[in-house]
Amino acid sequence: MAEVLLRAAGVGKHFGGVKALRDVSLTIGLGEVYGLIGPNGAGKTTFFNCLTGLYVPDGGAFDFAGRPLKADAPHQAAERGIARTFQNIRLFGNMSAVENVMVGRHVRTGAGVFGAMFRDARTRAEEAAIRRRAAELLHYVGIADRADDLAKNLSYGDQRRLEIARALATEPQLLCLDEPAAGMNATETEELRLLIEGIRRDGTTILLIEHDVKLVMGLCDRVAVLDYGEKICEDVPAVVQKDSRVIEAYLGGSVA
Amino acid sequence: MAKWLNPRSALGLALIAAVLVALPFVAALGGQAWVRIVNFAILYVFLALGLNIVVGFAGLLDLGYIAFYAVGAYVYALLASPHFGLHLPFWAILPIGAVLACGFGVALGSPTLKLRGDYLAIVTLGFGEIIRIFLNNLNAPVNITNGAQGVTLIDPIAVGGFKFSAASQIFGLTVSGPQKYYFFLVALALLVIVINLRLQHSRIGRAWQAIREDEIAAKAIGINTRNIKLLAFAMGASFGGIAGGIFSAMQGFVSPESFSLIESVMVLAMVVLGGMGHIPGVILGAVLLTVLPEVLRYGVGPIQQVVFGKVLVDPESLRMLIFGLALVLVMRWKPAGLWPSPERRRELAETRAEKL
Ligand SMILES: Nc1ncnc2c1ncn2[C@@H]1O[C@H](COP(=O)(O)OP(=O)(O)OP(=O)(O)O)[C@@H](O)[C@H]1O
Ligand SMILES: [Mg+2]
Repeated sequence: MAEVLLRAAGVGKHFGGVKALRDVSLTIGLGEVYGLIGPNGAGKTTFFNCLTGLYVPDGGAFDFAGRPLKADAPHQAAERGIARTFQNIRLFGNMSAVENVMVGRHVRTGAGVFGAMFRDARTRAEEAAIRRRAAELLHYVGIADRADDLAKNLSYGDQRRLEIARALATEPQLLCLDEPAAGMNATETEELRLLIEGIRRDGTTILLIEHDVKLVMGLCDRVAVLDYGEKICEDVPAVVQKDSRVIEAYLGGSVA
Repeated sequence: MAKWLNPRSALGLALIAAVLVALPFVAALGGQAWVRIVNFAILYVFLALGLNIVVGFAGLLDLGYIAFYAVGAYVYALLASPHFGLHLPFWAILPIGAVLACGFGVALGSPTLKLRGDYLAIVTLGFGEIIRIFLNNLNAPVNITNGAQGVTLIDPIAVGGFKFSAASQIFGLTVSGPQKYYFFLVALALLVIVINLRLQHSRIGRAWQAIREDEIAAKAIGINTRNIKLLAFAMGASFGGIAGGIFSAMQGFVSPESFSLIESVMVLAMVVLGGMGHIPGVILGAVLLTVLPEVLRYGVGPIQQVVFGKVLVDPESLRMLIFGLALVLVMRWKPAGLWPSPERRRELAETRAEKL
């Protein structure tokens, strides 16, 4: 494996009696597309939430790009270069598509109150650059024509794309996608696959939660399987598909 | 810039300018009291725009906003009156008041901004009352605020020998004290409007809106929500502080009772009634809620006299009744405010449609 980008060591998280994550360790290499799968309620989203600082894990630690990740400040995860999308889309509904992406530039720009009030040359240049970059990203994910529509008025598939564009605006090293294909039809899913491949080609490492087996097996370099909060398997897709514990986990839960 | 060359908007601007220049002289036909009322309307525009940053832009419910106004007012009163024998010029005091109010804003905001909605509202409400009670009681053992009596003989705003409190001849025209304050206030209000518009359409303004829309998503894309909210608090407080200073100078007298809870509620009502987060709406709300009660005050008595031949209901109580009724009616029929931003109007229309 190439250089390690993310190393999770012994991450645990419980909610009351529910152990959502038990001692999960995994490493993601730079430039990989890493799949995280498992039956419903296995703890995949919880892992994302711990990684991005929305939840504070009970135990364990994350190392990102060679330095430990502080666990309790979501905005710092983004600053360090971890961006995410949400399983149940969370856009800024009453802002236009392009504004949503512009907000994504927040963490890589610096104009403050005085810049806003005086609109000096530097602030104007920064604002123009934000706008330009946002337009580029909308084009990149393929919804340039919807730039001025309110986010909440976009179609489901376009909202998923917009969320990816907003995440990319933060210039992530690691892009975490939580079930990006959920609710998409076959054509949309295929377009999404091409988009994710493009993002990987452009140098961003990807952590992908997905139920669509075909998509996961087609895209991912390696896959980890969670079941009841435990990592039961981690390997290349072809091996994972044949693993008896994985088959049992899926059949034992709902028939996938 | 092209916008300014548009003949229609140029005409509109010229019209607004003409009205703004003529207004104090027209109002004076009804007596200087009306000029003062107009002045207060502008002062409340100033205040409402400050609170709009907190409530409208960042979506934080602040029920103690008047405390910052009080801080600004007392800073001015104490630094420019015989109370301490200090007579600093206004251009020195107003910034001090703004900075101090800002400091209070940060002091209140930093421990409380983790609270949400109702809880934040209750804490800010308490804060507003605490400031008022402090002002009421800081006259012993050392007399700082002069307690309930308040501070009197506060210096008016003056530039060199040119005092804003007295009338003077300008180009052969007699301009009264209140009229001078009017132009001073209009200039400041225009400045505040420009600052508000610029803030709204900036990196910070977008971050505020993002927090209002979805705080978790805002955090996840790297917005330090705590700091950005604190910034809204601090900005709002600074505007409140400046407005308070001008209030002090205009009145020549301050006492704690000017800063009661009802004042916070009024300013909030201006923001909500006008159209939260929409600058023209907030201005409209502030003007209406200042002028309407005064019109009722002067109108209700005489009208009864004409219609019934005598005054049946005490004008003062009827005035508040009509005023309250007007508020309820507006909120019933225009829940997004009288002049909401287009998005907000749509937003509310949709939630209504969903309920049906
Ligand atoms: N905030 C929370 N409070 C209480 N329990 C939670 C919370 N978040 C997750 N859980 C529980 O933790 C477990 C793992 O949930 P999680 O959302 O991580 O699963 P998932 O693998 O993402 O499932 P899905 O495929 O359905 O999205 C579930 O039992 C869930 O009910
Ligand atoms: Mg999930």
